[in-house]
Amino acid sequence: MRSVKHQAGVILAVLGVLWMIPVFAGIPLARQSELLYLLEQDCGSCHGLTRRGGLGPPLTAQALTGKPAAMLREIILNGRPGTPMPPWKGFLNEQEVDWLIHVLITGKTHAR
Amino acid sequence: MRVEHLLNYCRVYPCLAGMLLLSACATPRGTGDLGIIIERASGSVQVIETSQRTRLARISGLGDLSHASAVYSRDARFAYVFGRDGGLTKIDLLRGRVAKRIVQAGNSIGGAISQDGRLIAVSNYEPGGVKVFAADTLALLADIPAGSGDDQRRSKVVGLVDAPGNRFVYSLYDAGEIWIADMRNPRAPRVQKFADVGRQPYDGTVTPDGHYYIAGLFGEDGLALLDLWQPSLGVRRVLDGYGRGRQPLPVFKMPHMDYWALSNDTAFVPAVGRHEVLMIDQKNWKEAGRIDVAGQAVFVIARPDGRQVWVNFAPPENDKVQVIDTLSRKVIQTLKPGKAVLHMEFTPRGEQVWISVRDENRVDVYDTATFERLASLPADKPSGIFFTARAHRIGQ
Repeated sequence: MRSVKHQAGVILAVLGVLWMIPVFAGIPLARQSELLYLLEQDCGSCHGLTRRGGLGPPLTAQALTGKPAAMLREIILNGRPGTPMPPWKGFLNEQEVDWLIHVLITGKTHAR
Repeated sequence: MRVEHLLNYCRVYPCLAGMLLLSACATPRGTGDLGIIIERASGSVQVIETSQRTRLARISGLGDLSHASAVYSRDARFAYVFGRDGGLTKIDLLRGRVAKRIVQAGNSIGGAISQDGRLIAVSNYEPGGVKVFAADTLALLADIPAGSGDDQRRSKVVGLVDAPGNRFVYSLYDAGEIWIADMRNPRAPRVQKFADVGRQPYDGTVTPDGHYYIAGLFGEDGLALLDLWQPSLGVRRVLDGYGRGRQPLPVFKMPHMDYWALSNDTAFVPAVGRHEVLMIDQKNWKEAGRIDVAGQAVFVIARPDGRQVWVNFAPPENDKVQVIDTLSRKVIQTLKPGKAVLHMEFTPRGEQVWISVRDENRVDVYDTATFERLASLPADKPSGIFFTARAHRIGQ
């Protein structure tokens, strides 16, 4: 009985870790490449192809240091009133936004 | 001699190939039908000609060309390309190569050439201001920081144009100002400043006669108008509150005011946050009506004869181009060139329009009378298209 509980605990823990890792795995590779293209081209039209800024502020990892992910998610999804930053929620869901923030901050397209 | 034989000779004697190339280059030709296409992601430009619709050269190494634009020397032989990364590159169209290149700022947006053709002005975001260079050598002549207020906070500079009297006129995005820089003494510019012109001027242009400067406002509904014949009258607001208090729609790409679209005393401008093209009666600067279009207009440009106005759009409608007939004031054609239409440029007298379709890696050429696609040229993520006819227009 004890061992069954133990096994269940292990399974839950493993599932938890697996849940953490593939949060982004739900985004198919083809969609990921669309998102990267959107980041480069459409975000790039205000923030620069190299993300070093334009009419909009720079989005380099350095520039985003210390900015909470929740705030970035809110700005991307709902825009920033008083600035030209529009809401992208019609183009992106929350998971996709989180993935893009991950890409911006880590420079990596995978979870780890 | 058959071509294959010639090619064999070239293989054996490489210098022969060079000589053939040189003699080909030495054939005199004009530049009136030339132009460049910006390939934004690869940092290259194509030199093209519009008579046979062919590519003459491809020049690379120009840095980050997102949002790049270009102006021409008055002999229409050299193009000056303004890159996003602060690069300023002078291109020799006839030799198909870079004549001179400098990196003059960290982040820039565009520029203009002076009335006398001797000065190139560049508008910079970072550090915010305008720098002026000698057109022949690209040597720095003047640096005008766009600082305003008590703390002289630097502003991003947009909407830089040239105006008669060797003046440059531009807008300060953050500060909401318009400045006129008189460059008659290039090393000692005289700057006249107009404050409180409206919130967030995003771009500006001049009327084709150089009489009026107009800045589009992003932060409020309206445009700021400055009479360059009588600057002492100050800046006034036109089309104030054109949104009529309605909540603006989201704008997924900033509109542009590349060149004042004028037809028969009526100007056509993009509305911001409305899927409309606004018409302004240029005799009294009052609204003359508005036309519903497919999305947020980005470029609204008149065919050189003014009989048509062509419009492209921000995402998600950026696969379309609409044509407005300026007599009936109706959309008479909706074209779908493909994903991400970024720019349109008319041939000097307007029988063709060249359209860059970024995601399709093509530039399409349309007949403006029949709307048939005449040709298609491969290009790597093309954006701006600039023909040499711009060399002789006020404002560019």
